[in-house]
Amino acid sequence: MAQRYRLDKGGRIDRDRPVDFTFNGRAYQGYAGDTLGSALLANGVHLVGRSFKYHRPRGIFSAGAEEANALVQVGEGAATLADLKATQVELYEGLSARSVNCYPSLDFDIGEVNSLASKLFPAGFYYKTFMWPQAGWPMYERFIRKAAGLGEAPLEPDPDFYDKRYAHADVLVAGAGPAGLAAALAAARSGARVILADEQHELGGSLLSGRDEVDGKPGSDWAAEAERELRANENVRILPRSVVFGYYDHNWIDILENLSDHLANKPADAPRQRMWKVRANQVVLATGAIERPLVFRDNDRPGIMLASAARSYVNRWAVRPGESAVLFTNNDGAYAAALDMKAAGIKIAAAVDLRAEAEGELTQAARDAGIEVLAGHGIAATEGHKRVRRVKVAPLSADGRSLAGEARTLNCDLVAMSGGWNPTVHLHSQSRGKLRFDAELATFVPDRAVQAERSAGACNGTFGLADVLGEGFAAGEAAAEAAGFSVEKAPRPQAGNGKFLPARWLWLTPSSKPVGHGGKHFVDFQNDVTAADLQLALREGYTSVEHVKRYTTTGMGTDQGKTSNVNALGVVSEFRGVPIEELGVTTFRPPYTPVTFGAWGGRDVGDLFDPIRRTPMHSWHARAGAEFENVGMWKRPWYYPKAGEGMHEAVQRESKAARESLGILDATTLGRIDIQGPDSAEFLNRVYTNGWKTLKPGAIRYGLMLGEDGMVMDDGVTACLGENHYLMHTTSGGAAEVLAHLEEYLQTEWPELQVYLTTVTEQYATAAIAGPNARKLLAELTDDIDVDPDAFPFMSWREGTVAGVWARVMRISFSGDLSFEINVEAHNGLHLWQTLMNAGEKYNITPYGTETMHVLRAEKGFIIVGQETDGTVTPVDLGMEKLCSTKKDFIGKRSLSRPDMQDPNRKQFVGLLPDDPNEVLEEGAQLVETVKSQPPMDMVGHVTSSYMSPNLGRGFALALVKGGLHKHGQKVYAPMPGKTIACTVTSPVFFDPEGERLRA
Amino acid sequence: MLLIPCPYCGERAENEFSYGGEAHKPRPEVPEEISDATWADYVFLQKNTKGTYYERWIHSHGCRRWFNLVRDTLTHEIHGAYRMGEAPPKVDEKTYV
Ligand SMILES: [Zn+2]
Repeated sequence: MAQRYRLDKGGRIDRDRPVDFTFNGRAYQGYAGDTLGSALLANGVHLVGRSFKYHRPRGIFSAGAEEANALVQVGEGAATLADLKATQVELYEGLSARSVNCYPSLDFDIGEVNSLASKLFPAGFYYKTFMWPQAGWPMYERFIRKAAGLGEAPLEPDPDFYDKRYAHADVLVAGAGPAGLAAALAAARSGARVILADEQHELGGSLLSGRDEVDGKPGSDWAAEAERELRANENVRILPRSVVFGYYDHNWIDILENLSDHLANKPADAPRQRMWKVRANQVVLATGAIERPLVFRDNDRPGIMLASAARSYVNRWAVRPGESAVLFTNNDGAYAAALDMKAAGIKIAAAVDLRAEAEGELTQAARDAGIEVLAGHGIAATEGHKRVRRVKVAPLSADGRSLAGEARTLNCDLVAMSGGWNPTVHLHSQSRGKLRFDAELATFVPDRAVQAERSAGACNGTFGLADVLGEGFAAGEAAAEAAGFSVEKAPRPQAGNGKFLPARWLWLTPSSKPVGHGGKHFVDFQNDVTAADLQLALREGYTSVEHVKRYTTTGMGTDQGKTSNVNALGVVSEFRGVPIEELGVTTFRPPYTPVTFGAWGGRDVGDLFDPIRRTPMHSWHARAGAEFENVGMWKRPWYYPKAGEGMHEAVQRESKAARESLGILDATTLGRIDIQGPDSAEFLNRVYTNGWKTLKPGAIRYGLMLGEDGMVMDDGVTACLGENHYLMHTTSGGAAEVLAHLEEYLQTEWPELQVYLTTVTEQYATAAIAGPNARKLLAELTDDIDVDPDAFPFMSWREGTVAGVWARVMRISFSGDLSFEINVEAHNGLHLWQTLMNAGEKYNITPYGTETMHVLRAEKGFIIVGQETDGTVTPVDLGMEKLCSTKKDFIGKRSLSRPDMQDPNRKQFVGLLPDDPNEVLEEGAQLVETVKSQPPMDMVGHVTSSYMSPNLGRGFALALVKGGLHKHGQKVYAPMPGKTIACTVTSPVFFDPEGERLRA
Repeated sequence: MLLIPCPYCGERAENEFSYGGEAHKPRPEVPEEISDATWADYVFLQKNTKGTYYERWIHSHGCRRWFNLVRDTLTHEIHGAYRMGEAPPKVDEKTYV
């Protein structure tokens, strides 16, 4: 029968809107307003999963975020979601869910043999079993993944998209239960901008599950009125389905808002989730409390759940979670669940109460209602495989550590347990607020706040409803005042004020045998950690709570120990005979509940992951079929393959053409910094190793820039554009870093220098033409620049008109051949390039990419910062000592005279010629002088660049070799898999060592 | 995420800034004249205070200016920001153990 366990009336469900769904392939029906958990219970489905380690049958254990058992996989294919808590999944039409961690089926699970072999799975099992030998790890990993996996991640890309929003609030309220609503009302009435976030779709929190009255009306009505008032206030933003999961420095709050998971038809154009990043002036935490389970023998059978959850299912969802219930409690408050269950027609077999004197308002009400109360009793054992069928109840000794009489059997299909309450102090703790152990409540409550936050209500250890409301209003008022608003104190609502006390704190209910010798006393349901595991950890010498936690994995599941942490402390405290407050508490860290990677990524994925920079000539390169490489954020042409060419063939052709006739390179990406001001030359003198005071307008000089540690950080040419005006070029990838470096020194060390830096990288487009025909081509395209070698010598620049547009032409060379770099305004870049290509056709003008550029410069022994250097290379190591002025100080100079920089055996820059001219060494290959039959061998250096050169007709390489400057002519070897490559150390300059070609 | 008071722009989120290490550690006037150890101390070593710390920041995604900040490295409490060359504010300095 459909929804056989649904009550005839009541509940916050819409009976006019039935909802069809499937669970493990079977069709069921629930109502709008249900969670997957409440709908399953309405259909009598208690067995919903298998436990993590022992694959024990597990049922729905809670009604909220603390759920440890009912983890489900929802949806299919790319959109499937793993490890959702059935108690949090809103029901929608067509929802399909299945259990995780069971094989081949939930009803018959092979892994359950783990349960029989549980002696093999003690605490520290993974550490003990899988540590050795290391080579076995891949096999172990397969085993662990299969045996202990939770849900499955989809293999397809995420079809959803995610949003991110920033917001500010005067007062942010986390949680919209009675305290949170009160705080939001109080703050909003003052005019403050309020953000109120709650993880549920409906505001009201505990008022939705209880039967309390506020101001003479049902609590849920009061909540609805409060919501209406807040919604009417334009300063208030209400975020339902939104978990405040992170509390960071300076009141920075992260919220995860669910937007479409609850919809049957998910809109394609709306994000699935939104991450809110809120800077709040003041924060009110009203996150409630989570009930503690009791630790007793076999306390994990389906049908055993938290008393508050049973009460919620009855009141909020109109579901009977059982026909015959046993209440098992250590406190008075849990009797509310027994009373509400009884009122809903559930038979209460008995109330088993750990307290020797079972007293209290609700206890008395239960007695008055005819419920049998077994004071000073505990549940000593439970029975029932896929659902609890009966419990054995026995009187306890006075100290509660043993049974003190015959056990009695109670038939039941539901055990509602309550071990007291833990305030949800996670956010307070994340904010670095201190916690204090409250002996009366036997749990941790917020102590001093470190940030501008205050806790109100149950999360503050306040449990009577009138007190909770009062504290909420007070916190909202105080927060608004602290944010600078004037507050009119509102009258506090009338409500009952019953607390869940008195209680008896007994952390472990005894059974007929000692712990570990019969049955399992679960402390952490999700990670299958038992009291015996904790005992074992203590016996093995782990006394610190943090160690016990890690060794046993207590509190390390996806629920992060919401129901297990304090019980674990309690059990450890009893075993060790040390009070809980002396054991310390673990620190809570974000996130409060799991957050999807999609939400973290937000919109910063795919094309928006990283900016892409393209030169003005990019479209030409793309049409020419260029392959691109990423340099910094730039897309640079790598090589231009013609039909049938691979990279090797293309690069050989390009390299040859650029030496024999004419090549053209898009050099737009070089960083450019405009330097002006009367102290510019002095500044350049300090930041470059060489001297700059003699550089005249029209001239260009190469500079080497070091960090203060003496290591090469950048290089490039700088042109003197006029008096006190320079244009510095940096490497393509280093532009931002160099500008930051220069600004740092200008602003922090030398503020007296009058120098102004402006990045002008984007202002220009640059085409470099290189090769013997470069001058001829340039001459054809300009009327006003004299290209005669005497009028336009190497390392100078001229301004004029090229291809009909303004141009600054620099005669510099990175290829080693005659070369001109033609700079035009960026918007003329494509025009320039096309004009050069057309006019250069007769010279077989050949566009070349970065790979050919690397070959050409390597033939000349020109370094590339970041390839020949790696932050450990000095100018001396590079053989560029001559560039280091002895007449002035410069950044990094002092470091060059440190003793370890003078070591003649430092790795130094050399060329390498493999004995076999067809051999091309691998970049990064290690070099040795003495070859052994197997490693280890003494490594003397490594290859930094290596190419096949058509101009040299052989393979060649650049390398850093210990003492290499003095080893020219000696042999080194590169041991590679299957062979050893013998090489001769040479000068790094392989081509035109006298520089005749570039000065031509 | 820290909320950092740029002395030029006002309070901005930490991800607009870059960190610059210990403040009030001027580059030696004549590096040639100091010992290797003193130079190494300048280049490589920074105080690692648990408590009140004077440090440099740059508003790299804002005004691009360097400034100094007094921050408690344990609590992240910010005691003040001041421009390069200005004297630090008077702060009740703390060091934790
Ligand atoms: Zn600024």
